[in-house]
Amino acid sequence: MSETPRKVMITVRKAPHGSIYVHEAIEVMFIVASYGMELSVVFMDDGVMALKSGQNTSKLGIKGFMASIGALVDFEVEKVYVDRQSLLDRNMSEADLVSIGEDEDTEEPIRPRVLDSREIAEMMADQHSIMSF
Amino acid sequence: MKFTVLILEGPYNHEASDSAHQMIQAALRRGHEIRGIFFYHDGVYNVSNKMDPPQDDRHISARWQALGEQGIDIVVCIAAAKRRGISDDLLVPGTRISGLGQLAKMVIESDRLVVFGE
Repeated sequence: MSETPRKVMITVRKAPHGSIYVHEAIEVMFIVASYGMELSVVFMDDGVMALKSGQNTSKLGIKGFMASIGALVDFEVEKVYVDRQSLLDRNMSEADLVSIGEDEDTEEPIRPRVLDSREIAEMMADQHSIMSF
Repeated sequence: MKFTVLILEGPYNHEASDSAHQMIQAALRRGHEIRGIFFYHDGVYNVSNKMDPPQDDRHISARWQALGEQGIDIVVCIAAAKRRGISDDLLVPGTRISGLGQLAKMVIESDRLVVFGE
């Protein structure tokens, strides 16, 4: 084991529900966070649509992953970022984003943080490993 | 340098599995170490012992088996495998089923992670 926690980033770049990629990426987030790594998660490209609030997959006949998204903070996936340009390109805004947990003190919903591509690039350069899904 | 290789695509449909294999061979030739190979998503199909391609084609699961028998740790994700009907008795020798925690451990113990497929 290394002494300082490994910085690991997971990127989510695919549209939700039409494939299993986002769902299985979230499963990896939970495990990586539980292994004491310094995890950051970035939703970008079509992946930002996974964070749109009010999604319901019941009529698709699949379980979906929205419950998991709402529990990210509970499972110590706290650094969750969204690429601003990807949101804009899809006619989405910060107000569309789902809650990923609750603030322990204020019980206010916690939402993913919107960042510019430049800030995300800087973060990427600082990682030990990036897992792209 | 110590590498972990994460493979997300199944065999034959895409080049990802072939590219991963070539990268691993090249790394080994250069004296690097492969800490582990982890199969996720449809990647879990790579090591099926039921694979029986035409004789003039490459045999993908046999290639992974050979690397496993050289002592490289080859792990198939249990959650991804269970979804896709892959179980222990369907794996080629030299490979094993385990949890995503093994991927986390491999990453911690490697200098580089290389991801193939999407």
